[in-house]
Amino acid sequence: MAETIHVGHAEEHGHHDHHEMSFLEKYVFPLDHKMIAMQYMFTGMFMALIGGFFAYAFRMQLAFPGMDVPFWGVVTPADYNALVTSHGSVMIFWVAMPVLIAAFGNYLIPLMIGADDMVFPKINRLSYQIFLISAIIIIASFFVEGGAFGGAWTAYPPLSTKAQYSLTPIGSTMWITAVALEFVAFLLGGINFITTAMNSRAPGMKMWDIPMVVWMIVIASILFMLSVGPLLAGGIMMIFDQQLGTAFFDPDRGGDPILWQHLFWFFGHPEVYVVLLPAVGIVAEVMTVFSRKKLFAYKTVLYTAIGTGVLSFTVWAHHQFIAGIDPRMANVFTVTTLLISVPIAEMMFVYIATLYGGKITLTTPMLWALAFVFEFLIGGITGIFLGASGNDIYMHDTYFVLAHFHYTFYPIAIIGTYAGFTFWFPKMFGKMMNDGLGKLHFWLTIIPFNLIFLPLFVLGASGQHRRIYDYTNFPELAQPWQQDLRQLATISLVVMLGAQVIFFYNVIKSWMSGPPAGKNPWNSGTLEWTATSPPPHGNWPEGLPTCYRGPYEYSHPDHDKDYWPQNEPA
Amino acid sequence: MSVGSYQSSRMRLVAEERGEPRVVSNGVLGMVLFVMTEIMLFAGMISAFSIVRASSAIWPPPNQPRLPFEETAINTLALFVSGALLILAQRRFAESRRAARAPLVGSIVLGAFFVLFQGWEWASMLAQGLTLTSSTLGSFFYLIVGTHALHAIAAIWLLFRTWRRLERGWLHASQLATAAVLWYFVVGAWPLIYWRVYL
Ligand code: HEM
Ligand SMILES: [Cu+2]
Repeated sequence: MAETIHVGHAEEHGHHDHHEMSFLEKYVFPLDHKMIAMQYMFTGMFMALIGGFFAYAFRMQLAFPGMDVPFWGVVTPADYNALVTSHGSVMIFWVAMPVLIAAFGNYLIPLMIGADDMVFPKINRLSYQIFLISAIIIIASFFVEGGAFGGAWTAYPPLSTKAQYSLTPIGSTMWITAVALEFVAFLLGGINFITTAMNSRAPGMKMWDIPMVVWMIVIASILFMLSVGPLLAGGIMMIFDQQLGTAFFDPDRGGDPILWQHLFWFFGHPEVYVVLLPAVGIVAEVMTVFSRKKLFAYKTVLYTAIGTGVLSFTVWAHHQFIAGIDPRMANVFTVTTLLISVPIAEMMFVYIATLYGGKITLTTPMLWALAFVFEFLIGGITGIFLGASGNDIYMHDTYFVLAHFHYTFYPIAIIGTYAGFTFWFPKMFGKMMNDGLGKLHFWLTIIPFNLIFLPLFVLGASGQHRRIYDYTNFPELAQPWQQDLRQLATISLVVMLGAQVIFFYNVIKSWMSGPPAGKNPWNSGTLEWTATSPPPHGNWPEGLPTCYRGPYEYSHPDHDKDYWPQNEPA
Repeated sequence: MSVGSYQSSRMRLVAEERGEPRVVSNGVLGMVLFVMTEIMLFAGMISAFSIVRASSAIWPPPNQPRLPFEETAINTLALFVSGALLILAQRRFAESRRAARAPLVGSIVLGAFFVLFQGWEWASMLAQGLTLTSSTLGSFFYLIVGTHALHAIAAIWLLFRTWRRLERGWLHASQLATAAVLWYFVVGAWPLIYWRVYL
């Protein structure tokens, strides 16, 4: 294999001929990693608006049952199911994944390791195209006969496989097809991320010099690729059951419906770490810069992330405590679940230790990063309650679970994204964002967020079940105080959605007329800040950087400046 | 195109600096990662099958033919020989490109034989009443073996392209290795399928 050294074939790198690119080549079918990142970023944000709108429509129904919801109309039971299902699916598969992994991964990996692009630019472009098709399919499913799939984002059979139960003969298949395509897109993306991070690093960049967010995206990609296979298999089986008349999940004809739950959650639980880890990495970058300190225990964080990844494959059945699994199995999964909270707690302590004694500046990105820690902590701690199988028998499928996972997902998908986006905005667009508007947006997002979901913990603990269209049918769940809390949550949601206008205004305004950012507005040490803002095609046309030290050399005693860029010779 | 070779020289530089004698090429690493996912795909399907089979009271399901494991044993052998020929091709390629031609072609031909044989086998199973919907045995059989066959076809197509490059003198060892990784996966997954599904 001595000859394997001859790599980088003309075919893979053909795009580097520096000819003038047409509009189509540059913006519609780009090969440049930054442009693909932007496609993912803005598609993801657009999908977030759609997912948020779905939440608005079904929350209005819960707070004011039967009302004529502005911009939607009366929410019928079928509408309700379709909205909830699509909301969950969109937020996870078309928001959290594309933004945290694909957009930040594409943007940051080459820039932070000092490469001119991804190693497989054409595969990268294909990845986005498949992703876009999947997004179009999931939206289009609202307009077919029977409407969009309403069997929840977990799609348990037989509800999801039999048209006479789901009443969405076409929508169900469109849903699973869209999900499967989205997986293929991220598979292609993951191959690119890992290969690039391993093979194209700047000369001198050793394993421990790689910025934490790059590591986290790489580990997340590996987790994704190891967990997605069984669910892809399940997805194919589901499509066969729906359309070709097989009986993989049909107990009447020899199949097994619980099988799907295993295939789904074998992926589903690692998936939460797939989206968590990039957010953890983003927050680490932001925190070190704005506390002017080295990341506390770099290697320990890395090993912990790997350990978490391994453990995450052993906890999936905690979603099935009441699905009829063997009680002895439940004990095993209780123990693994409680174990996995240890590494996560450790990461939180690492953040706190990083902050400790630092020169903290509360910029907008730093506020988001701090909020991530606070809010995620609530999600993590309530997870311990639920991991205890004895307790979960009562809590399962209540709003307590729902509030729990929103306190994990929301910090990841929304807060983590805002932390990263506001932090790298100067690099991406070459302009500074308005900090005052940024902070206003921050508070008008964070306060309503808590006012949405804290009441839902209370409602859940009082027995409010999930996936119910109208609680007035259940007298013990329709007490006035409960309805008040529902309205509080819904009104807070409307406020929070409204506050996002400030964000988009700020983005557009700053992009058009913000003050120029320069190369390194935050005095950060990592390589992306040594390129011009925004970086041109090829990132460093004057020559790729060389790396001399770790990414977080802040306030180093032997150096006159309080940061020491990775590319500066000693 | 010039940047392509530039990148490769840079990669070598990184590797040398770390004192590593060689580095896995982009193509091979990418393919290994892809194969990793595929291993999990097959693991998912095969364990699903094992669970359904273990929890069925009567197996095989009534009125369903037995799978032809004797004939398939021959076919398995053909696949193994194909894999071995590819190893030989890779070895020879390192010394002389021309010497790699015969084993590469042999590998492709035997691979194609494997797929065609299987097509014939499917036809006879269908004639005996084993269809996609006739039982869970049929469903899993066509699902698992069909998915494997699709991988085999893709890998053969890749090997075929590799061979064309070899004929034109454009082939890099890493390209051969990339295609080979996929074919070794197809060959390596088969005994597991044979054991879990046929026997
Ligand atoms: C915009 C603010 C959000 C609100 C008000 C909200 C509200 C809700 C509610 C009330 C439900 C369940 C309704 C029911 O089961 O009857 C739900 C389900 C869900 N949400 Fe959210 N959500 C929001 C954002 C997010 C985000 C950011 C994510 C993930 C990144 C997310 C992921 C999910 C998931 C996975 C489900 C479960 C869907 C299912 O049961 O199939 N949500 N959301
Ligand atoms: Cu879980």
